[in-house]
Amino acid sequence: MANFFQKIGDLDRRVIFLLIALAVIIPITTDLIIPNIVGAEPSRDMFDYVDALPEGSNVIVSFDYDPSTMPELQPMAEAVVRHLFEKNHKVIGTALWPQGAALGQHAMSTLADSLGKEQYVDWVNLGYKTGGAVMIVRMGTSIKAVFPADRDNVPWEDIPMLEGINSLKDIQLVISLSAGDPGIIAWVMMAGDRYGIPIGGGCTAVSAPQLYTYLQTDQMVGLLGGLKGAADYETLVGIEEGPAVKGMSPQSIAHLVIMMFIIIGNISYFSRRKGGAR
Amino acid sequence: MRLVIPLAITFTAGMIMILNFFIPHQPFAFLGEHLQEWYMIVASGAIFLGTANLLHVHVRKMKLRLRNWQYSPVTIIGLVVMLILGLIYGVEEGKPFDYLFMNMVAPMGATMFSLLAFFVASAAFRAFRASNWRATLLLSSAFLVMLGQVPIGAMIWNKIPLAKVWLMAIPNTAGQRAVMIGAAMGVVATSLRMIFGIERSYLGGAD
Repeated sequence: MANFFQKIGDLDRRVIFLLIALAVIIPITTDLIIPNIVGAEPSRDMFDYVDALPEGSNVIVSFDYDPSTMPELQPMAEAVVRHLFEKNHKVIGTALWPQGAALGQHAMSTLADSLGKEQYVDWVNLGYKTGGAVMIVRMGTSIKAVFPADRDNVPWEDIPMLEGINSLKDIQLVISLSAGDPGIIAWVMMAGDRYGIPIGGGCTAVSAPQLYTYLQTDQMVGLLGGLKGAADYETLVGIEEGPAVKGMSPQSIAHLVIMMFIIIGNISYFSRRKGGAR
Repeated sequence: MRLVIPLAITFTAGMIMILNFFIPHQPFAFLGEHLQEWYMIVASGAIFLGTANLLHVHVRKMKLRLRNWQYSPVTIIGLVVMLILGLIYGVEEGKPFDYLFMNMVAPMGATMFSLLAFFVASAAFRAFRASNWRATLLLSSAFLVMLGQVPIGAMIWNKIPLAKVWLMAIPNTAGQRAVMIGAAMGVVATSLRMIFGIERSYLGGAD
């Protein structure tokens, strides 16, 4: 038995890859749903904040990610935008990442069609601009100076919902869905700390630990961390079996498989150490 | 002059932005706003520079038949096709550029990132060892966070998500904040060194 555990430490990586693939494929193909329970997580704080905003608030949703992080952040974007539409807020889309503008457009237009929301009346996509944090600072004095037209080149003056909006001071909440830099931190530092605008956010699970620091200091109103954060938001909004909730099953099984490998690796390590090998 | 002019520009621009932050009134507000717009224009120019550099690197690779040169035509064709479609039809929803982006770029990008799961599993199996008490502490925390991050954790024991939130909010925040404050002080120090001309490496070796 000891010999077996020593040998298993040299397991071919292709076996690991195969088991991880099965851990993901089987729950997806069998439609396995593990019910998502929302606890006292920052995702609930975010939902509560959006829910409590007065109807018709101006909310910027910044799509600061690209297709590589889409599996985690796109379900988040869809759940957040759905909630904003349902609460009749005005959604202003921006992007600090070039490819985020197109992903945001799809999230907003698809939901707008299904919820009967009208472009330029209920939502607009201002698109991408270079500059990151500097762009946000400029928005603090004039959003129009940064975005004289929207993503489809419609001039600012011709967009009815932007009437009365001049600078970030006219925005009630910024939600940055961010895969890195520039992203949530830039919004917190420039729009939040400098202009006092409430900031919420969503990020990949791997970048969530860094952003918890901003929650404790109330520099952020809430945070959606990874696919779990997206699943929490879907659950709170009332989306039944949304993409993130569905994604929780393969992720649960994959996590268990990874943990199993770590345990086996450690048993092998101690078995070898006991046998005198390094 | 090669040294004095860039240093003077850096000092003037840096001082204007600092003064604009602490004194957001005229003339600093006006100057600061214009510098911010200039920055965005210069940053946009970097996109053209990046495109030119990408073409240069891959054309050279093909000419010299360097290692893996066969992939370079794919990159160039991808760049040219997207560029032409974007310029002719625009980038709006439903246009050819958007179609290719949503049906080729997006799935391929997501696939590349998804591959990480396989490598993380393999690396964790080979390297994540409880070899001493610190590594054991790290391993235990990782297990709690991994379980707390998925609903199955709450099904095993309903306190696991709470333990995850506590780990993230208290010990993690303490460590992260120490790193962030250290890094921020480094940024302030380096920025001041650049503004006052002490740090000159960004000039690319001019002296």
